[in-house]
Amino acid sequence: MNIVDRRLNPQGKSLSNRQRFIRRAKKELTEAVRKASGERKLSDIGNEERVWIKADRQKEPQIRHSTDQGERDYVLPGNKEYQEGDRIKRPQQEGGGGRGSEAADDGEGEDAFQFALSQEEFLDIFFDDLELPDLLRKQMKSSDSFTTVRAGHSMNGSITNLNLKRTMQNSLSRRIALKRPRLSDMLTSAAEIEALEDAENAEDVERHGELTAQLESQQRRSRRIPFIDPVDVRYSRFEQVPQPVTSAVMFCLMDVSGSMTEHMKDLAKRFFKLLYLFLGRRYKNVEIVFIRHTHLAREVDEETFFLSRETGGTVVSTAFDEMLRVVAARYPRDQWNIYAAQASDGDNTAVDNAKVVQLLKQKILPLCQYFAYLEVKDPDGRDMATDLWRTYEQLVKNGEPIAMRKVAERSQIFPVFHDLFMRGGQSAPAQKVNS
Amino acid sequence: MSAAQKIGAEKDWDFDRLNRAYDAISDIALGELKLDIYPNQIEVITFEQMLDAYSSVGLPLMYKHWSFGKNFARDELLYRHGLRNLAYEIVINSDPCIAYLMEENSMMMQTLVMSHACFGHNHFFKNNNLFRQWTDAEGILDYLEFAKTYIARCESRYGEDAVEAVLDAAHALMGQGVNRYTRRKTLNLRDEEKRTRERLEEQERTYNELWRSVPSSGPRSRQSYNEMERKHLLGLPEENILYFLEKNAPLLKTWEREILRIVRHVAQYFYPQKQTKMMNEGCATFVHYQVMNRLDQTGFLDEGAMMEFFQSHTGAVFQPDFDHRGYSGINPYALGFGMMEDIQRICENPTDEDRAWLPEIAGKGDSMEVLKDGWANYRDESFIRQFLSPALMRKMKFFDLHDDGKSDLTVKAIHNERGYQRVRTKLADQFDVVQNEPEIEVVDVDLDGDRRLMLQHRVYSGILTREKDTTMVLQHLANLWGYEVKLTELSAQSDVVLKQHSAAPAR
Repeated sequence: MNIVDRRLNPQGKSLSNRQRFIRRAKKELTEAVRKASGERKLSDIGNEERVWIKADRQKEPQIRHSTDQGERDYVLPGNKEYQEGDRIKRPQQEGGGGRGSEAADDGEGEDAFQFALSQEEFLDIFFDDLELPDLLRKQMKSSDSFTTVRAGHSMNGSITNLNLKRTMQNSLSRRIALKRPRLSDMLTSAAEIEALEDAENAEDVERHGELTAQLESQQRRSRRIPFIDPVDVRYSRFEQVPQPVTSAVMFCLMDVSGSMTEHMKDLAKRFFKLLYLFLGRRYKNVEIVFIRHTHLAREVDEETFFLSRETGGTVVSTAFDEMLRVVAARYPRDQWNIYAAQASDGDNTAVDNAKVVQLLKQKILPLCQYFAYLEVKDPDGRDMATDLWRTYEQLVKNGEPIAMRKVAERSQIFPVFHDLFMRGGQSAPAQKVNS
Repeated sequence: MSAAQKIGAEKDWDFDRLNRAYDAISDIALGELKLDIYPNQIEVITFEQMLDAYSSVGLPLMYKHWSFGKNFARDELLYRHGLRNLAYEIVINSDPCIAYLMEENSMMMQTLVMSHACFGHNHFFKNNNLFRQWTDAEGILDYLEFAKTYIARCESRYGEDAVEAVLDAAHALMGQGVNRYTRRKTLNLRDEEKRTRERLEEQERTYNELWRSVPSSGPRSRQSYNEMERKHLLGLPEENILYFLEKNAPLLKTWEREILRIVRHVAQYFYPQKQTKMMNEGCATFVHYQVMNRLDQTGFLDEGAMMEFFQSHTGAVFQPDFDHRGYSGINPYALGFGMMEDIQRICENPTDEDRAWLPEIAGKGDSMEVLKDGWANYRDESFIRQFLSPALMRKMKFFDLHDDGKSDLTVKAIHNERGYQRVRTKLADQFDVVQNEPEIEVVDVDLDGDRRLMLQHRVYSGILTREKDTTMVLQHLANLWGYEVKLTELSAQSDVVLKQHSAAPAR
């Protein structure tokens, strides 16, 4: 007999089977994920997701006897009052009794199949056919940020880059090759000489002389062969490598004037959160800046952004001014990918529109990788073209890269988001202006 | 047995205790019960590894397929949400016999599981006729290793999708991939790998012979086979569809045939387990019950451990009544253990009724001999037909409910003098794997015409196949065959055609 402890064996042997299953059920899972994400609260995204998928393509068919016709016998345990010849009403297909259990294991229940996706898998599927516009361009362009990477060793360099280990290795092998006497050998000889210093008999005197001569030659040799020679010295070499910018900053701009209802803010929040999750998967480091505005704009923290109320008029350009200020102060263009998403109910003070156009065209849009405008509506609100919408629409017609959509219901957020970032669809983001 | 060797005092196990428990069990199982086993290899695993093993049909090495991923996902979900317990152990019919123990088990549980799997199941695997005839315990692990690498190589060479398509189709036909009746020479899986190459080369040369008569073969005159010749050449009728395809499907590539063969071997390997589920569990449960009680008597287990054991044991052999909420068929552990204990009683302490019904064994004395003979030479169906006693039928209160497919259900027999015979026969039928699976055969191929493959389902008692599944399986079959396939369901009594299905290959 032989007992083996297998607990430390590599885990996750079935991982590749799981991936195979996910690949096979891709279509159904994608559908289920879309459906699930439309229904559930946004804050739930990121936990384990359980989705139901139709198991048609995942069914493993076998030729088996049908259960609904033909003549058969069931031998059952636990008879209580039945006597031979008793007649029993046929149980309903789902019901108890013998038939019920027969039907339970006939595999018909397999039509729908529940599957738990990890957060990674869920987001993978959700964001699968989405991509960030202009990502590539920025990465190429931004090669003015560098990191230093190790690049072997060199014979010369700054003393701070001295590679002690490599230097000592070289020194040691050179000393061995040239037979430089070891310090410990010399010390032993010296000690022995000292011990024989007062020797009287001839043998010892002879030995003393021999040793002294040997020690002298050793000392000479050790002076001639340096412990560390300039040829031993090595420096670590570093190279500058251009580094794609892996940081992104996301500006959330929102109108918080009185006309924005809780519902509208909720829609905006969902959109921002999705954008954040999405950016987080593409960049190592994502920062968010919340700017809210009425007739004044201010950078605030997340809680204030979504929760506190403000009163006042609506001047959109103030938000852009504030954004420009923050960019200038903290997010130099060559180190950050800048994204901006603006949510508003479309109101703006009429006189401000001209300034908005000018700011967007000259400052904001050239600055941003991507600018999305989300117009939030009440579900029962009328769908009228607002000031801001008309203004932006005009910009889009002139070829400015603004992505704009309208949203009135929670369930529209995901489709709209999906629509905005669809792979290959970003070249003309505003051609389909209606959501 | 000195008190110092007791293991029951502590709940947790360690390797030293496992070893001592194994030795104590071994003394009883081999010394007293005189079981005959393969050498044991015990592997301690985590629950995740147990799930892994579960999802790939309980085998430690298995090729990759999405369906195992699906099983894993389902089992994991059920387990994590507490809807289902995992088995405490998995045991593999191999030589050496590999048993997996879960690390979560208590010391008592490990002792129980070792008696159950490493001695009970192990003895059954080694001695039962079906296993000896149909499975190759020595070669199975090597063969699976070969299968796994072979399929992985196919995937990298021909693409995962192509391999998946073949595996899907082969899995769908797994139920029709075993030889039920014909007896074959003992399988030697170890040599399979070596034979593979030679066989494939040989086939490449010879199997074309048959198809040379197709119109595309140019100026050669089309020769027609008569029905006799044709069926002889194709080896028809053939119940093992996977085998038939491997040998005769005209369009399959060599590697596709090999994959069919692998799936067929796996199906055949599991076929005896299907046929002996009840006996196998009965044997293992009986053994662990004997061993644990002896361990109690010798003082190896303390009272606490025994209480824990009884709780677990009674749970395993509990048979809910047919009208109980938890009823899900006859519990093989309950019936199996019941029969083994009953046989022991009949041998040692028979009543007059037993003498009348089971004269061969009643009062024979040495019950272990009788049981071992039964374990070696029967399968579930024949074991019930031979050994189910009226006493046990009464104890389990079996009754036979007849469904004529039309009107109300009728109680045809109950556990009384008039009913014993019928209840026993019907119960045996119920455990007969052959009767419970559709009997499907390849009957003919239209060699002269469009190469249509013709299959037949002999229908007994008007029980047809399930339409949806059958359509899907036929589609897979057509894809493998490469031409149209047609399944005729005809009554076994009257040869009247009841239903027809057909499928054409997806291009």
